[in-house]
Amino acid sequence: MIEVEHLTKRYGLLAAIEDVSFQVRQGEILGFLGPNGAGKTTTMRILAGFFPATEGRAVVAGYDVFEHPLEAKSRVGYLPESPPLYTEMTVDSYLRFVATIKGVAGAETPDRMEIVKDRCGLAGQGERLIKHLSKGYRQRVGLAQALIHDPDVLILDEPTIGLDPRQIIEFRELIGSLRGEHTIILSTHILPEVSMTCDRVIIISRGRIVAVDSPRNLTSRMQGGEQIDLTVGGDGSRVNELLGGLPHVTRVAVEEAGNGLSSVLVEADGQAEVRHAVARQVIRGGLDLYELKVRSVSLEDVFVELTTEEETSEGTFREGEDPDREGEAAS
Amino acid sequence: MRNYFAIVCKELYGFFVSPIAYAVLGVFFAVSGYFFFGITTSLIERVQQMGFQSQQFGSAPPPVDVFSAIMSSFFSVISTIFLLLMPLITMGVFAEEKKRGTVELLFTSPLTHLQLILGKFTAVMVFLLVMLVPTILNLCLLYFYSDPLPPLSPVLNGFLGAFLLGGSLLSLGIFASSLTESQIVAGILSFGFFIILWVVDWMAGTGSTLANEVLRYLSIMNHYEDFTRGVLDTSHVFFYLSLIFIGLFLTSVSLNSPKWRS
Repeated sequence: MIEVEHLTKRYGLLAAIEDVSFQVRQGEILGFLGPNGAGKTTTMRILAGFFPATEGRAVVAGYDVFEHPLEAKSRVGYLPESPPLYTEMTVDSYLRFVATIKGVAGAETPDRMEIVKDRCGLAGQGERLIKHLSKGYRQRVGLAQALIHDPDVLILDEPTIGLDPRQIIEFRELIGSLRGEHTIILSTHILPEVSMTCDRVIIISRGRIVAVDSPRNLTSRMQGGEQIDLTVGGDGSRVNELLGGLPHVTRVAVEEAGNGLSSVLVEADGQAEVRHAVARQVIRGGLDLYELKVRSVSLEDVFVELTTEEETSEGTFREGEDPDREGEAAS
Repeated sequence: MRNYFAIVCKELYGFFVSPIAYAVLGVFFAVSGYFFFGITTSLIERVQQMGFQSQQFGSAPPPVDVFSAIMSSFFSVISTIFLLLMPLITMGVFAEEKKRGTVELLFTSPLTHLQLILGKFTAVMVFLLVMLVPTILNLCLLYFYSDPLPPLSPVLNGFLGAFLLGGSLLSLGIFASSLTESQIVAGILSFGFFIILWVVDWMAGTGSTLANEVLRYLSIMNHYEDFTRGVLDTSHVFFYLSLIFIGLFLTSVSLNSPKWRS
């Protein structure tokens, strides 16, 4: 649905993005993750046809954005970082205007307006002036605007920025409800958002792609093996001998936690499952098991790692070495 | 075509809900009305004086074409008010879109620049008509009190001149607005353009070299004078139409420049 090849955008000598390539399949939700100024907005603006790239090619819904801009634009819905609203208009008149310039046929316009208002939680708000709406509602109008012509591709630039926590959850649900119907690219620097809504993540830093994969694969690749945190009661010095001998366990670290409790970190190699063995061993050894949890590497860790060590790392990590793997992740 | 009309309607809607439009209209009607009143009364006084003088000398008073005299002064005054008010109409045309970020909507919609620019230009021209049409009332008043009824064509010429002059100023103002995201800067730039085009023939002085001729030709007010006198000269019409074209063309160049979208 979206194909981007070797996209580069320079402002004078400064490259905002450099040699960015990726693909998005139909119906997929792709998260664009990166620190501020990494080039997310630049990439999205190029895809939406706001400005041309310095080099490279971008094909959206079968049309080259630079060679057939009008065809491509009529198949893309774009919500910029600050929703492009004419605040002196009412919601209805604004949506009617956008429908017209996006090429929605006159006869279909009222229906489309009803559908998107319904979808975006704007039912009954049609007569209100946009300037009287709260930030959350304005964001909804922005999304309604992007959806009005039922585009194949939806590009959302930091759609949840500036919303309160409840609105963020509602907005995420809204985006989730669009899954499958539209191909969606959304950018964010809020990490949980990506792991919750996206099928695949692109991490971009200083204008370059540093990782492309599903959120799950990214975190498990990062982790290497499983790490388990335990809290046990009793003689902490015996933990090492009890757990050290278990198969797959590579390291056991014990720390006094006070109150007769010890906190223990157990590391296992590969993807082996050792939790049950660890738990059994602790109980059998006559210790009390207070807590056991798998320490998961969050996307946050991946992100920080990739965007800070980018300079020194030998190679970027990318999908594509084994295409089957991603199929597994998605299934 | 649909896109074009959508832009025109959106712009007009924007004008008539904004206080700027009403301020401009209000000031224009007040000032032009005041001048119309002033011109008319002072002219009538002068005519009366001339009547008394000729009575003293026992001769018949000379015939005075009060209508044409008032008309030409009135249209001159309008042109000056235009120079001051037009920048206020156009300064927001593109600058405001850029400032609010709505330009991202316009540029990512399947719209051509031609539709966008012509749509916006048409809207400001409609606004110009809204300014000009009520002034017809003034002239009607005068017209029906004239005896004998004066010919209408000079009035029409005057309006045509005002419309063309206004259009040129608006077109250049739109160009100024496309250069910046600050309405104030756009307004100042438009004033700059207008003043230069207004005084350019002063620089020409009285010399008759080619450069002087060119400078004199560029003066927007020189071309306007004939219209106020009721003379229709197609070369003046051509001059204003070219100016409108140049303004809109430069706007399109400006919108296409990569700097605009950064």
